[in-house]
Amino acid sequence: MNRVYMDHAAATPVRRRVLDAMLPYFDREFGNPSTVYDMGSKVKQVVEGQREKVAELIGAKPGEIIFTSSGAEANNLAIKGVAFARQKKGDHLVISSIEHHSVLNSARFLERMGFEVAFLAVDKYGLVEPERLMEAIRPETILVSIMHANNEIGTIEPISEISSVCRENGVVFHTDGVATVGNIPVKVDKLGVDLLSLSGVSLGAPKGIGALYFRDRIRLMPLIHGGIQERGRRAGTENVPAIVGLGKALELAAEELANGVNGSRVREMRNTLVSGVQERIEHSKHTGHPEKRLPGHASFCFEAIEGEALLFMLSQGGVYANTGSACASKALKTSPVLAAIGIPPEVAQGSIVFTMNGSNRIEEVEYVLEKLPPAVERLRSFSPVWKKSMAA
Amino acid sequence: MYSEKVMDHFSNPRNVGTIENADGIGEVGNPTCGDMMTFNIRVEDNKLTDIKFKTFGCVAAIAVSSMVSDMAKGKTLDEARAITKKAVADSLDGLPKEKMHCSNLGAQALAKAIKDYEENKLGKPKASEEEPHEPGVTAQEKEQDIRCTECKALNPINAKFCMSCGKKLRD
Repeated sequence: MNRVYMDHAAATPVRRRVLDAMLPYFDREFGNPSTVYDMGSKVKQVVEGQREKVAELIGAKPGEIIFTSSGAEANNLAIKGVAFARQKKGDHLVISSIEHHSVLNSARFLERMGFEVAFLAVDKYGLVEPERLMEAIRPETILVSIMHANNEIGTIEPISEISSVCRENGVVFHTDGVATVGNIPVKVDKLGVDLLSLSGVSLGAPKGIGALYFRDRIRLMPLIHGGIQERGRRAGTENVPAIVGLGKALELAAEELANGVNGSRVREMRNTLVSGVQERIEHSKHTGHPEKRLPGHASFCFEAIEGEALLFMLSQGGVYANTGSACASKALKTSPVLAAIGIPPEVAQGSIVFTMNGSNRIEEVEYVLEKLPPAVERLRSFSPVWKKSMAA
Repeated sequence: MYSEKVMDHFSNPRNVGTIENADGIGEVGNPTCGDMMTFNIRVEDNKLTDIKFKTFGCVAAIAVSSMVSDMAKGKTLDEARAITKKAVADSLDGLPKEKMHCSNLGAQALAKAIKDYEENKLGKPKASEEEPHEPGVTAQEKEQDIRCTECKALNPINAKFCMSCGKKLRD
């Protein structure tokens, strides 16, 4: 086995059918959608067709979709766009303490602009408790943002319960669906959300494309001013090939979700990996919720070793995964997610995250289970923290 | 991201382990902040005849420990103490900027082991509370990180702005 790739949350190869759908829009159909002649209007129609498709797949109306450059931009637009549009109504926001950095740092930016932000604690699985949210909401609360599922620990939040709380209190509710859209069924009405961010990067679409759903009554202050693309909410000539790629990738993902072709198989592979790791590696912790989690997501912390070193050791054996270790982040900062679920910092250092999808095979899981325990053992043999007394 | 030399020392670290009844032991860092190194030394005729280390940390931390142990082996105590973080990083064909502090830790751990030897085996008077000699590092810079007052994120000591929220950390 040359390469076992289990970091699909970070990036996926662009799928063949997605690439084929995109190719004409690089050279043959290259017109600017904003131009009036047929070369442009034809492309404009294509963009609008993709908008309809993306909208339909998440149960929205086409006018409620804004294409962005990434999930991060969609999150920024949701948080800052709503906060600035609603600042006359109030200056208070609530987000969970395990949000993606694009939500977290947007909220911190708003704090510096004079807004107040409440960071909602989560339980040991990373679940937001709707009762706690109820307590955190104040008359001046204008926005709540709780992610649909967490990328680091895989936990899926009780979004429809959370959205009911927001609706009862008249507060706009945004969810970051980057980890879920395409992986599990997502319908905005069923979830009851006012805004939802999504991205193509983990769906077999190219990098550099995302979208924001916003319920049509929601007012948004644009982040990028200029022309009237995206109905004035985001200036800049549309990235047509990437938009086509996102539409195609979402369409394929929806088909696969509907016919269940990968779902149970991916779940089974995940379960095999989790139980295999628990059997073979002592002093390991499976992080996140055991059941309420993304189908292909398995995350662990191994005591007495550091995640970046483990990733490199695994990659030498052809296994590719991810980590929340401080050493692997350029900011050298312990993962706020692992801290929020009560993992001590020295244990959080040994974090590793595997994200699988339908392209993975059970043989690959077996290969990981073969390579992972000796890698952990080897690093522990270097570690002054690993004492004989810790071994069973 | 890492040079071939770093990867070599990470994959096949030299001198991993401990020494029974070591002449000196030095320990720096702690697991909470991500790196911890212990160095054990054997000294004969003022020379480091054996060095063993154990490291909890990233690729850079392990490679640095290995390189420091290699560079210091056979050297006199003074020569070993003169190994700078720059010399360690250079011998590894460089380290990513955010990993430079790891090279400091390696030299520090070795210097601590030598100090431990001098104080406990040679009976040198404990030289006040001063940390072991660290070339190029002033007392104020001992702390590995500074904490952002705004968002509480840890930043490298030389950061001017918080890497997390962008707040100005110093003038």
